[in-house]
Amino acid sequence: MKQELLHILQQDCRITLEKLAVMMDQPLEAVAEALQDMEKNGVILRYTPVINWDRVGKERVEGMIEVRTTPQRDEGFDSIAKRIYRFDEVKSVYLMSGAYDLLLHVEAPTLKELALFVSSKLSVLENVTGTATHFVLKCYKSDGIIFEDEPRDRRLAVNP
Amino acid sequence: MDYTRFQNASVSAVPKSGIRKFFDIVQTMPRAISLGVGEPDFVTPFHIRNAAIDSLLDGETQYTSNAGKLSLRNEIAYYVRHRYGLTYDPQGEIIATVGASEGIDLALRAMLSPGDEVVVPEPSFVSYCPGVIFAGGTPVPIVTGAENNFMLTPETLKAAITPKTKALIMPYPNNPTGGIIDRESLQKLRDVIIENDLVVISDEIYSELTYSPEGHVSIASLPRMRERTIYLNGFSKAFAMTGWRIGYVCAPVPLMENMLKIHQYAIMCASVQAQVAAEEALKRGREDNYADIVTMRESYNRRRRLMLDSFHKMGLDCFEPLGAFYVFPSIAKTGLTSEVFCERLLREKEVACVPGTAFGACGEGFIRCCYATALDKLTIALDRIDDFLQSL
Repeated sequence: MKQELLHILQQDCRITLEKLAVMMDQPLEAVAEALQDMEKNGVILRYTPVINWDRVGKERVEGMIEVRTTPQRDEGFDSIAKRIYRFDEVKSVYLMSGAYDLLLHVEAPTLKELALFVSSKLSVLENVTGTATHFVLKCYKSDGIIFEDEPRDRRLAVNP
Repeated sequence: MDYTRFQNASVSAVPKSGIRKFFDIVQTMPRAISLGVGEPDFVTPFHIRNAAIDSLLDGETQYTSNAGKLSLRNEIAYYVRHRYGLTYDPQGEIIATVGASEGIDLALRAMLSPGDEVVVPEPSFVSYCPGVIFAGGTPVPIVTGAENNFMLTPETLKAAITPKTKALIMPYPNNPTGGIIDRESLQKLRDVIIENDLVVISDEIYSELTYSPEGHVSIASLPRMRERTIYLNGFSKAFAMTGWRIGYVCAPVPLMENMLKIHQYAIMCASVQAQVAAEEALKRGREDNYADIVTMRESYNRRRRLMLDSFHKMGLDCFEPLGAFYVFPSIAKTGLTSEVFCERLLREKEVACVPGTAFGACGEGFIRCCYATALDKLTIALDRIDDFLQSL
């Protein structure tokens, strides 16, 4: 049931508990319990909107930063990752296989501020041995949602 | 120039589809949410689309055999045997058609002579009665009602049969009601059908979208029915492939011979890329237990329950539809006709539904609402319908 619930919530997380219960064909209490369970266990962290920031009209810079680090004894990459994710500029941190170790998704109000983050906050960290910054030029799809203008529904409005 | 001389009188006499009018109004309302669609809200699964792309890149751009690629017919034979217990020989008993719609046309034209009657349970798909007329026959509509979950009953069937009756169209799972027909009811009908020596044209295009525990039962799978059934199905609804126009007809050779002749001369063969895609749909389905269908069906089923529950909460009478992707609530208690209801709902609340009367006169007092629509839009549409009902 939990996976099915998550599937529905990913399409519309504002749906009411009553409607969820009907769709799942389950008693209200069971659905409420499953949700609370997932919230408690950190399966569901937040119910947030997917935003197309380009449409907001506010100047904003996004980037992906590859970070090479020196892993620590007993800790591996955890301590350096934790050190990095505390910065407000950092939206996501992934530990990667391949040519570098961590991939950061970062965001700042201006190019200058993002540059400053890299040069004065990130690169200077002990155990960070190198960075490569890539700026995001355009977002086409995020979290399964297509951001472009093409009509989402190509079907004729009424047909037999 | 006087064109009437060039317009076949019986074709001219068939009224235009009642749906057209709503389509024209909706076109002018960009913010309207449409529950008036009649097709899946999924795009064809990617591996199926990709099979057609590969075939094009390969230069597969030639005619296929009239009945369709043998490899596709083999897959169809496996599928209908595995899913519905039907045995058809890919050599001679299966034709790949341009949608199940072509199958309806083939079956009627191959069978009917002027004056022959065809019994058509209503409400049902808009094409049956015109199809019978175009084939030179006379459609005889039978009223089915919510009290019987819109199932055809042996009594009403018997009452509609005359010495001229040649065929019965079986439209289950049903568009527009969402009604299905169970094994027990089919068995009762079977006796009447055999007794009166009728052929059944069974349109089972929605068979994969059945939500009852028993699942879909094909009338052709009942003893002594295979010999008198023309079985129609296709890929549009099961695999979200409406625009590809690919379906199939299965029937015993003597019934098939005339159909193949018409198909051969009028159509030649279904589009090769559509055939390739259809073959891929079935082949992959055989391997992964029809995962494409299962995912889509579960998604429809959740929305089906939501729709039904919402209409009940609004105080509308609505039987539980166990098939297709339509809900068919009664709006009779509003005192409005179906058409006025739908037109006002569209103009005042920007939600498009289809009046039940588009599917036969007995659809009066009902509206067809399709739940193959994104969940967020569906919830908004339901809220708007509720508002509308309260404003009356």
